[in-house]
Amino acid sequence: MTIEQISIFIENKSGRLAEVAQSLGDNGVNIHALSLADTSDFGILRLIVDKTDLANDTLKKHGFTVSKTTVVAVEVPDHPSGLAGILNILDSGKVNVEYMYAFVERCRGNAVIIFRFDDHDAAIDILLKNNVNVLQGERVYNM
Amino acid sequence: MTQPKPTDRIWDAQNECMPREQLEQLQLQRLQQTLHRANEKVPCYKNKFSALNISPNDINSLEDLQKLPFTTKEDLRLNYPYGMFAVPLRDVVRIHSSSGTTGKPTVVGYTRNDLKIWTQLAARFMTAAGVTPDDIVHIAFGYGLFTGAFGLHYGAEEIGASVIPISSGNTNKQIMIMQDYRSSALVCTPSYAMTLADRMEKQGIDPHTLSLKVGLFGGEPWSEEMRREIESRLGIIATDNYGLSEVMGPGVAGECQHKCGMHIFEDHFIPEIIDPETGVVLPRGSVGELVLTSITKEAFPIIRYRTRDITQLDYAPCACGRSHVRMLKTMGRSDDMLIIKGVNVFPTQIEEVLFQEDGCEPHYQLIVERSGTMDTLEVQVEVNEHIFFDEMRKQRAFVEKLEKRLLSVLGVGAKVKLVEPSTITRHEGKAKRVIDKRNG
Repeated sequence: MTIEQISIFIENKSGRLAEVAQSLGDNGVNIHALSLADTSDFGILRLIVDKTDLANDTLKKHGFTVSKTTVVAVEVPDHPSGLAGILNILDSGKVNVEYMYAFVERCRGNAVIIFRFDDHDAAIDILLKNNVNVLQGERVYNM
Repeated sequence: MTQPKPTDRIWDAQNECMPREQLEQLQLQRLQQTLHRANEKVPCYKNKFSALNISPNDINSLEDLQKLPFTTKEDLRLNYPYGMFAVPLRDVVRIHSSSGTTGKPTVVGYTRNDLKIWTQLAARFMTAAGVTPDDIVHIAFGYGLFTGAFGLHYGAEEIGASVIPISSGNTNKQIMIMQDYRSSALVCTPSYAMTLADRMEKQGIDPHTLSLKVGLFGGEPWSEEMRREIESRLGIIATDNYGLSEVMGPGVAGECQHKCGMHIFEDHFIPEIIDPETGVVLPRGSVGELVLTSITKEAFPIIRYRTRDITQLDYAPCACGRSHVRMLKTMGRSDDMLIIKGVNVFPTQIEEVLFQEDGCEPHYQLIVERSGTMDTLEVQVEVNEHIFFDEMRKQRAFVEKLEKRLLSVLGVGAKVKLVEPSTITRHEGKAKRVIDKRNG
């Protein structure tokens, strides 16, 4: 029930993000969600796209260091305490969140959050047990 | 001091184990002869001596050697091709040459007697490494102007081993011959030994099923880590030896099986360690640039030659019984040495830290700057898939681990900066690893 994400190493210098976006755009890859974690020297850009393999190959061809990682897309009620409820469930299952970021699109009126957990299986298990909807890959790539 | 090993063999015990006092007497006598001949026959030396107003007669002890001028690669270039020869060409029976990476190569010559001595010295260090008349010696150095192949070739024949002069290249054929001819001693560069191990692995050949037992590696600096890797992968004892064509070729120094430094054959060469910045001779045990003087060579005597190799001399007695001083593995080239906050730093040390990461042999570059009165060292490392982590916590932990290791190895702090692939300029051949932005 995990989905694929691509991560890109980006040096902090002007124009690099634009280059990533441009090369993906030129190859017909659409970005669904992104997050950028940065330090003063470098950043890690994470993307959910409609065509993961094509995006991966394209960026490698452009000389970027890219890795594919698995993450979990979770439907989160779009109202106050919606996210808190989910995080409490995860906490009760002793699952740690490495990082998370929000999806632009909504799914059936709910927000979608991308999570990277220290233990994906345990996280998915506890979420499903608590009737939280975890999105399938196909659903996410085609949103 | 460890115990002697049953396989310790000494080719020329009389000379290799000569008591130091007697050895130094012999050195002084041979040095004086060499200086007189050089002064008489080689205009370059004559001019250098007279410029300092010094005559060979002023050299009355080994300490007096310090009064003499250095000889550098530049001197050899200026006297290209035969200007440094001390005998007429009709007495020269062999000519070798060093690679001319910058400008003209340097040319060296040997008389019949020089070749005889060279052969003896090669037999010495090959015996010390464990080569016997029963061995099949596989010489994978390129035969040609380079001194490596010929030096070990004649040494092995002198010992009475069987020599396979396969020369370099064609790795698959090398492996086939190793298997079929049962090569037991391998002679090549350490990096080629790794190439052979890689290729065997790829072909599904277990190196331990071959007859190889010992490796004699030289021609380039290599680390203890590399030694351990070669030894475990090829199932051999890997030994180091040292030489340079300007001084003779392989056979200046070689390791015995105790692997605690290379015995310099002091009855033929006098080593000194100097501060590469000031040229001052350093006290015993100091790390500095190796300077060598030949004391038996006829065709191409060389006096106080600056090798540019950084090492350290150990005069403590060795378990093998040889009295000759040991030089430790060369740590780098003095041309590459950086002085950062007063500490000597060699790019090779940094390389070792970076290469310790499994599967990670990143391109790197060193940037030295001065902010105010403080020197700063930045190590730029190109990210590759082995050292890229999607999680910032791991990525930063990786950087911090490198910085910690660098501090402990170098004794001076360095900032590690990860950069994108292919951002560090590639150079043909030797990489330009250092950008020093300090003034002067």
